[in-house]
Amino acid sequence: MARIVAGIGSSHVPAIGAAIDNGKTEDPYWKRVFAGFEKSQAWMRELKPDVAIIVYNDHATAFSVEMIPTFALGCAADFPPADEGWGPRPVPVVEGYPALASHIAQSVILDEFDLTICNKMEVDHGMTVPMNLLFGKVDKNSHWPCPVIPLAVNVVMYPPPTGHRCYMLGKAIRRAVESYPEDLKVVIFGTGGLSHQISGPRAGLINSKWDKAFLDNLSKDPQKLVKIPHVDYMREAGAEGIEMVMWLIMRGALDDKVDEVYRFYTVPASNTAVGHIILANRPRAVRQRAPAHKAAKRATARKAKAPAKRAAARAKATLIRGR
Amino acid sequence: MARKEQVYDDIPGTYVFDAERSRQGFGINMFCMSLLKEQNRKAFKANEAEYLKQFRLTPEQTEAILKRDYNRMLELGGNIYFTAKLGATDGHSFQHLAAVMTGNSQEDYAKMMLGGGRSVEGNRSRSGKNVPSKFIAGAPTAKKTAIPKAGPKLKPKPKSKSSKSKSAKRK
Repeated sequence: MARIVAGIGSSHVPAIGAAIDNGKTEDPYWKRVFAGFEKSQAWMRELKPDVAIIVYNDHATAFSVEMIPTFALGCAADFPPADEGWGPRPVPVVEGYPALASHIAQSVILDEFDLTICNKMEVDHGMTVPMNLLFGKVDKNSHWPCPVIPLAVNVVMYPPPTGHRCYMLGKAIRRAVESYPEDLKVVIFGTGGLSHQISGPRAGLINSKWDKAFLDNLSKDPQKLVKIPHVDYMREAGAEGIEMVMWLIMRGALDDKVDEVYRFYTVPASNTAVGHIILANRPRAVRQRAPAHKAAKRATARKAKAPAKRAAARAKATLIRGR
Repeated sequence: MARKEQVYDDIPGTYVFDAERSRQGFGINMFCMSLLKEQNRKAFKANEAEYLKQFRLTPEQTEAILKRDYNRMLELGGNIYFTAKLGATDGHSFQHLAAVMTGNSQEDYAKMMLGGGRSVEGNRSRSGKNVPSKFIAGAPTAKKTAIPKAGPKLKPKPKSKSSKSKSAKRK
């Protein structure tokens, strides 16, 4: 059975990609940002996931205004980095995992989420920047450490899907992954955010208090976040800060209770607050396999209780009928 | 036809790219997309007004593009990810565009960002709804929210607040 072991939240600021591509990661301005991801890269190297599902948004690259799919799942064998106006980023082609991707598409659509399927798609910084932040710099002619299933979400045109819808889609993705027969260790990324506004006279808005509260609740009480209306995101976290709903797909795909492995936050990278979090599902073996003697004890207790319970139920039923 | 008032129109300095603007600004955004190709950038630069004729643009939209009035482009249905391609064609960095839209010099804008960005305080609402979202505990509302879990449960309070602001609005 395939299973999701961890979720990663990460900003996807394009300037971070440019800093990597132009060899500026050691500049003091950028070092502050990249230093925050060093531990995460070590964690990722140790985890060695078999596949990553990356929730991201396209920025007028693969999707123009001609077609605006709300949720688009990449089922292709590979996804070339797009030319966003400065030539494609010098990163390897992103390899897909079509077998699992099409399985997810089929499962999730029957679960009432009407996905768009992309069998040919280029990917922009929205996806490749978080990959760099978590996997490190990878030579253009080399390979990313694992295949990727992209899930593009419309957050460019209002309205994006609601936070609740995103959260529920995460749950549907989890069910899909867990019904896939192959043994695979899967991680899921939610990308974008945190607070930022890059358009109009209010550009430059950052709200660190909002961001911190978002990360706190994401970790411990995501139910609180799924109810946030879009206007609150835009008002508090900036017009483009609404990207944060994508993190809720990642969160929905995890257990209700998770361990926060790591968190990082810094302001600014270009025009944006950079947020990053790693949430891990608790290992199942620990949760399910209680020590043998305790399990046996519980089983005998259950057996002993059963006849008594049945007797009580019968008594209650007679009482009701008697009335 | 006048634009239907939306709840998010209350956010100051913000043109939300909604379905209506997306429809109105189709020409602006398709023009900007065309600039991803080198030959189109050259053709546009050679004769801007002539190049723009191949897109379905209103006279106001054409004027906004020619004048590089970025806020007006957003108001008329342009989207920032698209209009940024026009900025790039002019050889400007994104930060330059942001500074232009905010009416600042690029230096001052960069300084503001390094200092932690523009504060949300006083920038939430045109109509004076400067109350932080009740959905995020820990937001600087009343002192009571110091206990994070109590925040969203304090239903009566935000309700009374909103009814107050509504009645104030009606007056």
